[in-house]
This record gives sequence, structure tokens and C-alpha cells, in this order.
Amino acid sequence: MERTDPTDPTDPTDPTDPTDPTDSTDDFIVLDGVEKVFDVRRKTGFLRRERREVRAVDGISFSVPRGEMVGYIGPNGAGKSTTIKMLTGILTPSGGRLRVAGIEPARERTRLARRIGVVFGQRTTLWWDLPLIDSYRLMHRMYRIPDARFRANLDRCVELLDLGALLDVPVRQLSLGQRMRGDIAAALLHDPDVLYLDKPTIGLDVISKAKVRGFLRDLNAESGTTVLLTTHDLQDIEQLCKRVMVIDHGRLMYDGALAGLHEIGESERTLVVDFEHELPEVSVAGARVVRVEGPRQWLAFPAAASAAPLVTELASAYPVVDLSVREPDIEAVIAQMYADRSALG
Amino acid sequence: MAELVRERGRLRHGVAAYRLIAGAWVRSTMAYRASFALTLCANFAVTAFDFVAILLMFSHVDALGGFTLGEIAFLYGTSGTAFGLAELLLGPVQRLGSRVRDGTLDTLLVRPAPVLAQVAADRFALRRLGRVTQGLLVLGYGLAVMDVDWDPVKLLMVPMMLVCGAAIFGAVLVAGGAFQFLAQDASEVSNSFTYGGNTLLQYPPTVFAKELVRGVTFVLPLAFVNWLPALYILDRENPIGLPSWLAFLPPFVAAACCALAGLAWRAGLRSYRSTGS
Repeated sequence: MERTDPTDPTDPTDPTDPTDPTDSTDDFIVLDGVEKVFDVRRKTGFLRRERREVRAVDGISFSVPRGEMVGYIGPNGAGKSTTIKMLTGILTPSGGRLRVAGIEPARERTRLARRIGVVFGQRTTLWWDLPLIDSYRLMHRMYRIPDARFRANLDRCVELLDLGALLDVPVRQLSLGQRMRGDIAAALLHDPDVLYLDKPTIGLDVISKAKVRGFLRDLNAESGTTVLLTTHDLQDIEQLCKRVMVIDHGRLMYDGALAGLHEIGESERTLVVDFEHELPEVSVAGARVVRVEGPRQWLAFPAAASAAPLVTELASAYPVVDLSVREPDIEAVIAQMYADRSALG
Repeated sequence: MAELVRERGRLRHGVAAYRLIAGAWVRSTMAYRASFALTLCANFAVTAFDFVAILLMFSHVDALGGFTLGEIAFLYGTSGTAFGLAELLLGPVQRLGSRVRDGTLDTLLVRPAPVLAQVAADRFALRRLGRVTQGLLVLGYGLAVMDVDWDPVKLLMVPMMLVCGAAIFGAVLVAGGAFQFLAQDASEVSNSFTYGGNTLLQYPPTVFAKELVRGVTFVLPLAFVNWLPALYILDRENPIGLPSWLAFLPPFVAAACCALAGLAWRAGLRSYRSTGS
């Protein structure tokens, strides 16, 4: 085998390419009519197969300027992960134009890899059986991070993500929350310009979620890293992103502020009330009963309205034992968007 | 020409990534030296039993297909060592199908290193040296007891057999891995060519049907690993009447196999990236 010189000038993935045109443009991630069509083959009998086309991403266009933090949400199977896979170069688009930092991801996957960080919520990018620190050392050499940068970035991540006690533990022995923090650190050691997070808070407890969100907020504010976040958790978006994009059935349904999403979807919050005993459907101004189950009733009211007057009115008129407010989930918001659309014809 | 320079760059880049990852695994294994020594011995013992079977056979017969015990040991040693080297360096490629199924292949695609190098170096296990050691010992025994008129050409042919044999077996491993991009449960199919091929080559070609010998000469060119050079060294007739100069072809055959396996891998990866499954 040949020895390799790390500063080999013929290296096709040289990170310091002077012809890189991206740093002058504002739009860092650009998608223009991007499509991804899968051929799904299903066995319908002996040697007989049925072919079906599935348009996982069906003509999506958007752009994200440098330094923005964007939420990318939608129900299961909407095409979120497929989009992320195309943005990282894992999957080749079937149509449309796609650029990240001026690079076409599918064509120059390894060159792009040095400029992006990826966190997959459901699987780790760390080496499963190696201690955490060994994974980081591998990243150090593989991404050719200058020693001083590596030290500084690692120290910062260790401190802010609370990794000090975990560095010598093999990744397979980490809890889900610890592993996620380890993964986020790994994605940031090489100072990526853009960070993709695919469901980063899935399965985390409340404290771990808060830690991860706080870290991401600081990262975006201090380093100006562009962040694209897919999630099922509306709270992730509420706490982190000013802009949100909703995708369903491979199409972009909404692109704008989160508050606007609630308005468009006319989404409703739910007040769950426990009474002392079973009651007929209560009546209060500004809310309607959507469900009754024994002494518990569910009241829907507009997401933009305050719950306080409702609670006061209920408590004065009925024997209330307990109350809780439920935020609308993404599925409900999207379902409402559909309902409105079909109502408009 | 520019394409060649690019390929060279890619190869260097891959080898660098391979050494990096394999090195991390070696360091991590060496943290538990006693456990490493034990697994190495176990690996050695398991493969050693394999040759015991041949020894037992020779306690009843004096020759197998016209080959003496020493000559069989020579065949066994060259094939076992070559296969052991290929498995040591590229073994994990055989498990590509499971990486595709559980989605961990995606995590390799977002790193700035060639995927083949990352897959091949994953869980790099020096314990597989057990098979190589056993092969070399049997080869040493064979060389010591065989009755051969050694000349410089024949002497040089022995290391050539090991290097080219490892490259041919390696190409079969990579091609088998590439096939698993399309058929994720096909690891058994590629195993039958690699492990099965190794077992086949441990016996002389004279004991097999001519069609099989033709198949491993012209279709899956495993005969170039040891059969053809060994027939030249031992001055034996080729059982299917092929000329003896074929013994000098292994370097070219190995290069062609590696190039084809590389193309197959690239095609497999391209298909994965367009289907995502």
C-alpha cells in the first residue's frame, strides 16, 4: 500500500478551493423545483412484481440565507428526510436544481462533506464501539481540522454539552440523550457552515431537550452557522426558529413565520377540564366542546386567543377540579390547512 | 490522462482514510491485550482444525488426485494465506447488506472519505491474522517437504501467488459487497464464492470435474490464485489441457479483477444513491 501525504495537491476533495463562488452570495441553500421519485416494486405473486412510482419530493423550491435557522416540519413520510438526504449528497435528485454553498451535493459529495455537519436523530454518526474521544480524534484527522481549531472546538463542545465524563465511554454505552449530545459535538468540530439536524430531540427527556436547544441557539447566534432542523416537536421550532417550512406529500405547503402558520391553519388549542362530576356539555364564550368523557371535557379555542378569560369563566360557573392546555400538534395544523384548502375549492 | 490523475488521487485518499480508521480500531483493541491474544489464538485454532482434516485423510491415503501431502499443504497454504490477507483487509465489506438495511450506510456518505475505505476499515480486526498465520505455517510445511527443483522464477512465483491471490480474493469480496447494494440479503451468495472458493483451492484441480475447473479459470478466475502457478512449479499437466504459461498471468488477472470490482462498487453505490434502499 502507498503512503499518503495529507497535503497531496492532487487530492480531489481539497477543502481550500479558490474557485469556490459561494461566499459572495446570500442564499446559502438553494432548491429549485427539486424532485425525488422512487420506483417501488412490490411482490404480487411468484415472480410477478408491481411497479409503482412514489414521488417522495415533488417539486420543492426554497432558499435559505447564510446564518438563518429554519424549521422543516411535516408528518411522517412527508419527504423531510429525503430532502435532507439530497441536501447532504446521500441521494441524487431525480429532477430540479440543488446547491449548498454553491456546491451540487450529489456530484461533489466529499467536498461538500467538509462544509456541512449532519446529525441523524435515529442513528449515530459516531463509531459505535469506540470511546467517544476516539471518534472525535478520527474526525480531527479525517476532516483535517487544524490542531488549534480542533482543541478549541472540542473544549467548547465538551463544556457546553457537558461531555467531560463521557469522553472515554464507548458510544454504545451512552444513553440516548448523551449520544445525541455527542453526535452534535461531532458534527461541529470541523466548523461547518451549515448544520442539518434530522429530528435531534426525538426520544430525549425534558432536561436533555432544553440543553440541546440552548446549545443550538447559542451556536447560531455566535458562529452564524446556518441550521436546518426537521422535527416532529413544534416546541423545537417555537424555541429555535423564526422561519418554518411545512412539507406534506412531497410539496411545500407553507413557508414563513411560525405565528403565521397558526393563523393560516386556524389551529386551535385544547383546554382539558376535569369537573367534580359528570356534566352535560358546558357552554362558554369563545370555545366549543369537542369531546366528553365522564367528568372530563375537551374545549377547543383559537390558538391565538388567551386561555385566561376562558378559565375564569369556567371556574366561576362550574365545579372545576383540574385544567390543562394542549398545544396543537403539527398533524392537526396540517390537517386544518387541508380542510381550509378544500373549503376554498 | 486527467481522469487517471483523479483516480490516483481518489485511491490515495481512500488508503489514507483506511489507515486512519483501521488504526483507531487497532489502538482500541490493544487496550485489552489479554482479550486480543485470546481471540487471536481462538481464530488460529479454528482455522488450524481445518488442516487437521486433511492430515487425517492422509493417514489413510498417500496421494489425493496425484498430489502428495506436501503439495496439498502448498496449495492449502497459498490459498489460505491469500484469502486470509484479503479478509483481514476487506472482510467487513461482506456485511454491506446489513448496513444498507439498517441505514448506517448514510452516516458514511456524509463524511469526506471514500465509502469503500470506510466500510472496509470498519471494525478492523487484527485477530484475523490468525488465519494468515495458520496459512503461512502450512505453506512453510509444504515448501519444506515438497520435492521441487527450485529455480529463481519458481521461487519468485511464491510471493507473487500470495499478493495476486489476495488481490483476486479482495476483488471478489468487493464485488460481492457491491452486489448487496441491489440485493441486501445476498451475503450468503458472496460467501459461497469467497469461503467456498478458498476451500476449493485447498484441493488440487485434478480431483474436481473439468467443468468446475473451467469455470474457476475463465468465469471467476480463482484458478489464478494458486492452481495455475502451482501446476507450473510442480511441473504438472493442466487437467483441462491449458498451456503452462498461464502461470505468469496472475498479476494481470488480479489487476483486471480489481478494476472490475471497483466499477461494480461504483455502480452499486450510484444505484443506492438514486434509490435510497
